[in-house]
Amino acid sequence: MNSIYEPWPWYVSGPLIAFVMFLLLFVGKQFGMSSNLRTACAAMGAGKAADFFKFDWKAERWNLMVVLGAVIGGFIASNYMSDNTVEINPEISQQLAQDYHIESAGKAYLPSEIFATENLNQPSNILILLIGGLLVGFGARYAGGCTSGHAISGLSNLQLPSLIAVIGFFIGGLVMVHFIYPLIF
Amino acid sequence: MRYITYLAIGIFFGIVMFKSEAASWFRIYEMFHFGSFHMYGIMGSALVLGILGIQIIKRKKIKPFPGGEMSLQPKENGVARYLLGGIIFGLGWALAGACPGPMYVLVGAGYPSILIVIFGALTGTFLYGLVKKFLPH
Repeated sequence: MNSIYEPWPWYVSGPLIAFVMFLLLFVGKQFGMSSNLRTACAAMGAGKAADFFKFDWKAERWNLMVVLGAVIGGFIASNYMSDNTVEINPEISQQLAQDYHIESAGKAYLPSEIFATENLNQPSNILILLIGGLLVGFGARYAGGCTSGHAISGLSNLQLPSLIAVIGFFIGGLVMVHFIYPLIF
Repeated sequence: MRYITYLAIGIFFGIVMFKSEAASWFRIYEMFHFGSFHMYGIMGSALVLGILGIQIIKRKKIKPFPGGEMSLQPKENGVARYLLGGIIFGLGWALAGACPGPMYVLVGAGYPSILIVIFGALTGTFLYGLVKKFLPH
C-alpha cells in the first residue's frame, strides 16, 4: 500500500483547513464556499428576478477562481493521491448495508448506489441529489453561510450567530439521518 | 496575478478536502451517527488554530498583504435566520452528503452526478433570493 494514497488524519487536515482560511484572510478575502453560488446566480442574470442578486458580482469573481481551483484540486487528489476508497467505522458500514443496502463503504469514495452514473436511471436517486442540493443552497443563503463560512470562519471569530447556525446544521443533519433516511431509503 | 493566487488557494483547498475525506458522503453519514472522531477532529483542530490565529491578528492589528483591513466583520445579530437556515442546510448536507466546498471538489474527482447537487444548490440560492422578503430573519 503506497502511503501517498492513505487519507490524511484529522490532525493534519484540520490545521490545513485553518491554513486555507488564513491564506484567504491574508489576501484580503474570507473563507466561505457558498457565497459563490450567489455570485454565479448574479452572473447568470438573476438580478432581473430579485434584488438579492443585484450587486457588483464582478467584484466577487475571485470566489469563482477559488471554485475552479477546488475542481482542479479534486482532480489532482483523486487521480494521483488516492485509491478512491473511504474506510469508515465497520459498525456504521454494516448498518448501511443491512438497513439501506448501501454496500460500497470501504470500496468507493461516494456510495455508488446513489452516485454511480449508471444508477441515475433511478428517479429516486436524481430526487435525492436534487433536493439535497436545493436544501443546501437555500439553507446556506438563508443562514448567511455554510460549513466553511460559519463552522470554521465564523466560530474562529467567536461569532454567536455562527454558533446558532452550526447548531442548526447539526439539528438538520441528525433529523435527516435518523428520522428521514428510514423513510426514503 | 491575483487570480492565480485565488486559483492556487482553491487547488490546495480541493486537495485538502479530498484527502481529508471531508468530501466523502460516507464520512458525513458516519459523523451524524457519531461513529468516528475524524470529522469532529478536523473541525475541532481547525477551530482551535482559527481562534488562536484570529486573536493574534486582532491583537497585533495585522493587515492583509493588499492593504486595508482583515475581512473579519461581525455577523448580523439574529436567531431565526441562523437557526432555520442552519436546519435547512443541515437537512441538505446530510441528504446529499456534501456541503458547498466538497461539491466542486467532487466534480474534479470525476463524479458527474454531483452536478445535479450543484444545479440544486444554484436553484436553492435563486429561490432564496426570490422569497427572502417573506422569511423571518
